Amino acid sequence: MASLRSPEELELLRQETLAAREATTARVSVCAGAGCMASGADEVIAAFRAEIESQGLTADVDTKGTGCPGFCERGPIVVIYPEEICYLQVTPDDVPEIVAATIKEKGVVERLVYADPVSGETAPRESDIPFYKHQERIVIGNNIRIDPKNIDDYLAIGGYAGLVKALFEMTPEAVVDEVKKSNLRGRGGAGFPAGLKWEGSRDAPGEPKYVIVNADEGDPGAFMDRALLEGNPHSILEGLIIGGYAIGAHEGYVYVRQEYPLAVENVLLAIEQAEAHGLLGKDILGSGFDFTVVVHQGAGAFVCGESTALMTALEGRVGEPRPKYTRSNVKGLWERPSVLNNVETWANVPLIINNGADWFTEFGTEKSKGTKIFSLVGKITNTGLVEVPMGITLREIIYEIGGGIPGGKEFKAVQTGGPSGGCLPEALLDLQVGFDELAQAGSMMGSGGMIVMDEETCMVDVARYFLDFLTDESCGKCVPCREGTRQMLNILTNITQGRGRAGDIELLEELSEVAVGASLCALGKSAPNPFLSTLAYFRDEYEAHINEKKCPAKSCKELVTYYIDAESCQACMTCQKKCPYGAIDGDRDRIHVIDPALCTKCGICFEVCPPRYDAVRKISGEAAPPPPAEEERTISRKSKVT
Amino acid sequence: MSEVLLQIDGKEVRATEGASILEAACAADVFIPTLCHHEKLEPHGGCRLCMVEVEEHGRSKLVVSCIYPAANDQVVTTRSEQVDRIRKMILELLLAHAPDSETLLELGREYGADRNRFDKEASFCINCGLCVRYCAEVKKADAVGFLDRGTRRDISFIPEIAARECWQCKECFPLCPTSALQAAYVLVSSLAFPGARHQAPSEC
Repeated sequence: MASLRSPEELELLRQETLAAREATTARVSVCAGAGCMASGADEVIAAFRAEIESQGLTADVDTKGTGCPGFCERGPIVVIYPEEICYLQVTPDDVPEIVAATIKEKGVVERLVYADPVSGETAPRESDIPFYKHQERIVIGNNIRIDPKNIDDYLAIGGYAGLVKALFEMTPEAVVDEVKKSNLRGRGGAGFPAGLKWEGSRDAPGEPKYVIVNADEGDPGAFMDRALLEGNPHSILEGLIIGGYAIGAHEGYVYVRQEYPLAVENVLLAIEQAEAHGLLGKDILGSGFDFTVVVHQGAGAFVCGESTALMTALEGRVGEPRPKYTRSNVKGLWERPSVLNNVETWANVPLIINNGADWFTEFGTEKSKGTKIFSLVGKITNTGLVEVPMGITLREIIYEIGGGIPGGKEFKAVQTGGPSGGCLPEALLDLQVGFDELAQAGSMMGSGGMIVMDEETCMVDVARYFLDFLTDESCGKCVPCREGTRQMLNILTNITQGRGRAGDIELLEELSEVAVGASLCALGKSAPNPFLSTLAYFRDEYEAHINEKKCPAKSCKELVTYYIDAESCQACMTCQKKCPYGAIDGDRDRIHVIDPALCTKCGICFEVCPPRYDAVRKISGEAAPPPPAEEERTISRKSKVT
Repeated sequence: MSEVLLQIDGKEVRATEGASILEAACAADVFIPTLCHHEKLEPHGGCRLCMVEVEEHGRSKLVVSCIYPAANDQVVTTRSEQVDRIRKMILELLLAHAPDSETLLELGREYGADRNRFDKEASFCINCGLCVRYCAEVKKADAVGFLDRGTRRDISFIPEIAARECWQCKECFPLCPTSALQAAYVLVSSLAFPGARHQAPSEC
């Protein structure tokens, strides 16, 4: 590939690519994101290629592994264009039928399309599926349309047009102004206005300047940035080059965690292809602007997502936050002005430049513009990535897009913002999703983790879980975070294990105040949030654990007891056979009894007891009734003759 | 260098531009407690004991004085209800590790810290990093360093370097606010170089 020397040459290449593609009559897009790959997407892709070849359709049908479209719950996902037929949970065995029915006959394989779980009504087209219908997918929507390993795909959907516009039609100041006008706020956590950050760097003294992609996504259950980097790496590069041009930086970094091998692979490949096309390197497209990008792999520390810790790690030192009171956009990497933005923030930049700030601000609320990608996980029917306009309610995300709570269970809370975020109760489900709205409710936007919890989740245990995560991920430099989280975890563990004492809540509150007020970085300052938000909305659960030694969700093992109800037990032997510890005494016709000395509370008996008997009971905060006397344990089965 | 004029605990204080509030306070004989600060070392900002309240541009905030630069028109309060509460808690958290450290006990008496507030986890080291930073910044030897992160963070001597450098130096020993450092050194030298202790002392 010869390097492109002007915008006209880029446009010519784009037109040639599009023209060459007109020859194909159909396109098969198979999600090749990490989730679908784990469920066998690569075999599905291979099966499509083989089947299409054996049918002699190779020239007519373009088969590609694409980025993740988000409906991970039902992967591997296949979309057939131009009809946009979406097939879910496709296996290699389904492929011949799809090729015969859809590609050749233009029909639909009904059994593989989305069907409403209640009405049974099917939705063959992607845009008709409720999961997608209520979304606004301006950023992630392109993933399924492109092969992230092929720059031509990105060019075919208009890629790098934003860069051309910035380099050839706008001054750097105008680019900064456009981003400011769009009110794009950082998608990584704090929601700081990107335009202001850029302007600060542009105006700051010191050369060289740097632009950096924060791809150190580490929140449990969050994978938005991963999907973007894996699925559409050029969009992030394009944003980064535009950012470099705007602030006067000629070097960019992508700090990506090494636990994301596919993201690393795809972004390295994208850089290589962009360089070969003259979209990176010296004199980009003949504009006179030079820009290079280096990928730095993080070694797996959550704290390196914090801006100053990330920059310290980039410099080759231990990734610890800096104690200084200077903004990193003024004195950042190697003490130089450095703009650090999250993956999703950078991915929004080409869209804003291309379509204008006015277009962008049509989405969202007054103070939170655009869309936000959330990774919707936990006790939710449709696990996956959802991109929604700011201002949508939590209820719409969880029920209309997410399909509600599976298994007929009740909703209890939704945790947003990752380990530093908070849990919001049912009463706040109509809260509009926005940076300030979530913060006011005691949670935060964070990078977009959204964990749904049902009635069986213990909120004290949730707080304990996140504190456990944070004691491990704290860098350990400052006392309020290192020692504060250590003691908070100790106390929370004690509470969940029935050793809670009066005064524990107050002590936790005191530790929280010190961590919030005195910690060095945002990790420590926000570490108490999981506790503070669960206390604010679920204080009764804390009190029940401490005062009554009762876990209302019946989730904390040490506070739960299993027993077999003598009236209901039909001595069927199911639980007796399944108990891995031999803790159930009983025989055919002899009512079963759990020996508390042997029981490990694994709960298997509770799960396997046939629902028609429902004899195994799980209780918390009360004593189990005494087992029946030995002579009362024999069941005299009603004989058919009586 | 130009000077700045600020107020610390009601006292008018002059400081050179670029000095920290802690340095300005020291020069004016206002005492601010610290555990990880040393005048020969780069500020660390780890113990957070030197936290003070600063009022500037009409807003009041908590900052660590060893790092926050002194500036014109600041009004600094080195003791307030909130500052004292934070210091008390920090001392209690550290006393769980080093319950017999004289430095901690003395500060604890000043701030009413209860050494038994938390379950003891007597590691003795409070991770102030004075030894690590002194060895790196002043001695340029890097014979002692931090290991691991978070609650597992610890100090350790690197046997190969320690065997070469430490017998002649030991300048970090008196810096330690607890007795942990010397113990760590004795441990590593006796484990890594059994017998070495009997040969070397004659030289120092």
